[in-house]
Order: sequence, then C-alpha cells, then structure tokens
Amino acid sequence: MAAKKSQQFDPVETLNAIEEKFEMVQILNEEGEIVNEEADPKLSDEDLQELMTRMVYTRILDQRSISLNRQGRLGFYAPTAGQEASQLASHFALTKEDFILPGYRDVPQLIWHGWPLHQAFLFSRGHFMGNQMAEGLNILPPQIIIGAQFIQATGVALGMQKRKKEAVAVTYTGDGGSSQGDFYEGINFAGAFRAPAIFIVQNNQYAISTPRELQTSAKTIAQKAVSAGIPGVLVDGMDPLAVYAVTRDARERAVKGDGPTLIETLCYRYGPHTMAGDDPTRYRTSDIDSEWEKKDPLVRFRKYLEAKGIWDESKENEVIEKAKEEIKAAIKKADGAPKQKVSDLLEIMYEDVPFNVQEQLDIYKAKESK
Amino acid sequence: MAQLTMIQAITEALKTEMKNDENVLVFGEDVGNNGGVFRATEGLQKEFGEDRVFDTPLAESGIGGLAIGLALQGYRPVPEIQFFGFVFEVMDSISGQMARMRFRSGGSLSSPVTIRSPFGGGVHTPEMHADSLEGLMAAQPGLKVVIPSTPYDAKGLLISAIRDNDPVIFLEHMKLYRSFRQEVPEEEYTIPLGKADVKREGKDLTIIAYGAMVQESMKAAEELEKENYSVEVVDLRTIQPLDIETIIASVEKTGRAMVVQEAQKQAGIAAGVVAEITDRAILTLEAPVLRVTAPDSVFPFSQAEQVWLPNSKDIVETAKKVLTF
Repeated sequence: MAAKKSQQFDPVETLNAIEEKFEMVQILNEEGEIVNEEADPKLSDEDLQELMTRMVYTRILDQRSISLNRQGRLGFYAPTAGQEASQLASHFALTKEDFILPGYRDVPQLIWHGWPLHQAFLFSRGHFMGNQMAEGLNILPPQIIIGAQFIQATGVALGMQKRKKEAVAVTYTGDGGSSQGDFYEGINFAGAFRAPAIFIVQNNQYAISTPRELQTSAKTIAQKAVSAGIPGVLVDGMDPLAVYAVTRDARERAVKGDGPTLIETLCYRYGPHTMAGDDPTRYRTSDIDSEWEKKDPLVRFRKYLEAKGIWDESKENEVIEKAKEEIKAAIKKADGAPKQKVSDLLEIMYEDVPFNVQEQLDIYKAKESK
Repeated sequence: MAQLTMIQAITEALKTEMKNDENVLVFGEDVGNNGGVFRATEGLQKEFGEDRVFDTPLAESGIGGLAIGLALQGYRPVPEIQFFGFVFEVMDSISGQMARMRFRSGGSLSSPVTIRSPFGGGVHTPEMHADSLEGLMAAQPGLKVVIPSTPYDAKGLLISAIRDNDPVIFLEHMKLYRSFRQEVPEEEYTIPLGKADVKREGKDLTIIAYGAMVQESMKAAEELEKENYSVEVVDLRTIQPLDIETIIASVEKTGRAMVVQEAQKQAGIAAGVVAEITDRAILTLEAPVLRVTAPDSVFPFSQAEQVWLPNSKDIVETAKKVLTF
C-alpha cells in the first residue's frame, strides 16, 4: 500500500529553503564595530593583541616574501594578503596538539603552529631540509595536489579518535578545492566516522583565474556539508572575531565527539595566485580589488582594537620591525643550509635502501667526493 | 602443518600481525562483517573488534587518504583495494602522497601502509578487475611491490610487508587464491622483501616470472624436462626492488634466459629485467633474452581471457627458441 502523501514534495523549494539558511556569520563589521554582541567570543585584551600581532606580522611576511621572490631569493610562493583573518583567526582557535594539513597558501598557520621561518623559506626553495618536521610538530608540509589534504585530514582525525586524544585535524583548501572529488570523500568519510576534523574552505573568489560562480551551482560552499550530513558554516572571512568563533565552536563539537564541520570563509587574495607568472588583471578589475580592500581584516581589527585603547601606531611599528628583523635572520639561516646533493635525495627515499637505490647512491657519492 | 590455500595464508598473516601489533588496522570496502569479497579478512572483525577492522564508505581515494592520515597518528594501516583495476581512483594517494611522504618530509615522516589488492586474469571477473597494473606501481619511486605465487610465500611476504616502514603494494593473484594448497606453518615467519626465490633448479635455461606465471613456468619446465632440457625457474616475488643478485647468478649459470609476465608487453616489468640482464651479464649469454607476455591490447574480460593470457604452451614455445638459438 502506498504511503499517504500529505503534500507534494517540492525539490526546488527544499533546495531554496536550505540555501537561504546559510547566512554569513559576521561579528565585526568593516568599521570595526561589533554587530553581533551575542556571538562575540570575548577574547581577552592579550589575546586580541596577539591575534593582531600575528596578522600584522604575516602581512609583512607576505610583502617580504614577494620581494624576495622577485629578487630570485625565494622559489615557490603563494601570496596570502587579504586572507589573514581566514588563516590566522581560525588557527587561533587551535592548540598545539591539533594537526594541520595545509594547502599551499597556508604557510602562515604552519609558522604560527611552530614551523621555523627559515624552514618555510627552504621549502619555498625546494630544499629537502625545509619539510623536516621536528618531533611533536603536528603539521604536514603545504599540499600541492588540490584536495588531497582533505582525505588525509579525515585519516588523522580518525586516528585521534581511536587514540582518544582531545585534539582535532584541521585542513584548508580554496573555493576551487571544493570541486575536487577528494573534498567530498574527505567530508563524507569524516561524517561517517564522526571524526574530529575541521574542513576550512577559504573562498577567495578565484581558483587561479576561474571565478567562484563557475565552480558550482551551489549558492554557498558551506551548504555542501549537508550532503555529507555534517554541520556547515558560512563566515565573513575578513572578520577575525567571526572566523575565530566558528572555528572554536567547530573544535568544541569535534573534541566532544560530535564530528566534523565544514567552514567556508568568504575572503579575497589581493595578490596573484602564485609568484610564477599569474596576472590577476586578466581576470578581475581594480574596482573589485578596492571593494574587497574596504573589508580588509587588518583595517577593521585595528579600528576595533584602537577604539578599545589596546592598539596604536607604535605597537604596530614594533611588530613590523620585529617581523622584518626575524625574516632577515631566517633568510640568512636558510642561505646557510648545505647545498643539496643527489645522494641526499636518494638517501631519503626508503628506510632500508634497496638495491637499485644503493647502486646509484654509490655512483653519486663517488662523483660528489671528487 | 596445515595445508592452506593462498587466501587462507593471507588471513593467517593478517591475524598474526594484528596480534603482534595493536597499531595494525584493516579496512576497506566490505572487509568487516562480510570478511572481504574473497574472504581474506574472514573472522578478523569478530576477533579484533570494529575499532581495528572496519568497513569504509565506497571511495578508493578516500581509503588511500585515510591510510596516510592514520599512519600519521602512529597506526600501521593495511587497507584493501577491492580489485586492483580500481587503483586509478587512488593513484594520487599512492604515488602522489604515500610514496613521497618520506622524501617530501626530508626523511622525518613515513607512510608504513600495506595496500592489499586482488588482481589477475583467468577467473572471469568483469572489466577493470583483473588487469595486471603492477608495472604502474613499480615505476613509482618510494613504493615496494610484492606479488606472491604460493601460499607459503604469501604469508611470509605479507608479514614482512606489514612490518616494513615504507608503503608496500601487495598484489594477490585471484587465480592463485584457491587453486592449490601448500603446507604453511602456523607460527610466524617472514620472507624478506626484495628477495627472489629459485622455485626449480636447472642448468640449461633460466625462466624469470612472478605471480600466476610462476605456476605456468613450472608446468613448462616439466614439459621441457621430457625433452631433456633442464630449466631453472626464478620467482621474483618482489618486483620492486628486483633481486638482481639472484637473477644474475642464475643467468650466469645457465647462459640462457627468458622473462614471463601476465601483463602486456609494453613498458613492462619483463623489459626492465631484460635490461638488467644485458647490463650485467651480456657476455655470459648464449642467446637473446626473450619475453612471454600478453599482447598490447586492453585486457579482454571474460570470454577472450583464455586466448589472450600467456600460458605454459607459449612459454615452452619461446623457451625452445632460446634453447636452440
């Protein structure tokens, strides 16, 4: 006997109703005013200053990295300016026990998690010592394959669950990354295992040149969480307080055993995709740039902290000077790394060197000792 | 000593290592309650619990990523790819990720993952189940690739693979799963990876093979014996890295060699073995080193399998060319 239908199911209406639910969470507006008192994470003054310090420092690191790249002193580099709130305020909600699986633009979170700056520079140059991770440093090197980190994050999270750790796996990708198969497999597996993972999509509007609206018909990326049966949140990615609050909440749910969360941070990268020849003027206008610059995370956070009387120009200059000095020292340290030899590369292929590698190792070592 | 099939020997190896090391996890599609589509994981979930033996959602790439992540938490994952023809879905996790973990991290991290997977023709599976894709794996620096040909070898090699701290692709030929039994000790033992085995000694010709082609080569050797040819059969067991020493020692003894693989001829394992022989032992050779392989077409599933797959007759025919050159 057929079930009675009380009313006709309307798939279009259902979709629209779901999409409308995904409203952007904002706490601090562009003017640096709290617009959502209830959601304000109420960070201490010290924490607010620390978060601002990290954002200012990272903006300087970005500027210096770009000019070092232009001088030929850095290799692969993906600019970060504009994404400081998305990157650093989400990271601010984590502990050192949490494991970060980054995309290639996520070097700042790794540095604030404990990756030494000179090693980040060595990574940029393709030196094998860059990614030599110290014991207890819970990060992977920047991932190049879009989305691969999402399925690995689920594995790390499942491992944490099995080890009964009070920790989470956090992974990042961009709006383009949300189109990859691994994105779906990662969030779906994590949902099925209720694994303690946080999936962060920094929607910076462009996958190299391809605009967000060409990636998907979905109104938001956050709503893709629904298909995996996990919570999804859309947040103002230029608002440090909102990004911090939603990540903190996601972390709390995860360590409580309530499973993973997908977070979409709406943000913008001011610079090119990478320093390897991308020209953003081919795919976006200066009008769009300036529209987003008005939303700048540093500008609004500075206004907020200044109004609270806990930030001023001299404090900011101190951070800028410190950043410049540390970057200089780190580059010097990176310059001092030993020149790479083919034998170094062969030696890190396997734990027990197999016959074919050993034979080549002997040949290269003989050549190198000449 | 128990007479076991290869599939039973594989289950024994998994049990042994799950008992020895609580970090060993077995997972994949249908490996839990169902015990795997070939029953390789039969009884494991009951014995070791759902925390250590579990079903995953149906997505090979996700399974590969899961293994990498679990390894980063100190586990020793033994995932199953249900049929090796599905490997294309998980190629990035294998070659792009776990094979490079040690290198990418400057030697500070590793992926001690053993991927088990059935493959091989002659059992009438659907398309994309039976293909011999081991060459694809052997071409990836950072991996080891193991293919046992007997129940005894399967147990010892799988235990070694699981204990290895680098990723190992462990390929199980479906035709060998239940085709014969062999005495397999109940106690644990290991067979080192990268060591070939002389399955039959001989003086006139060396046949180098692996997987199901070892059995075909043994049959061919018996046929040739009737005509008074003494044939040595070397079972590679590990195709990456190759056991060059054993291969060359045998070739230097017999002066004649041929290589047999079930895979298509193009860019195959056999070609690599031939190159190693000519590099190292060309002056001991009395004849060209010939190959017996499948033809360079796509694997024809089911009906045409038997005419397509290399067999002992093909091996005898080529062996005679080498022997009478």
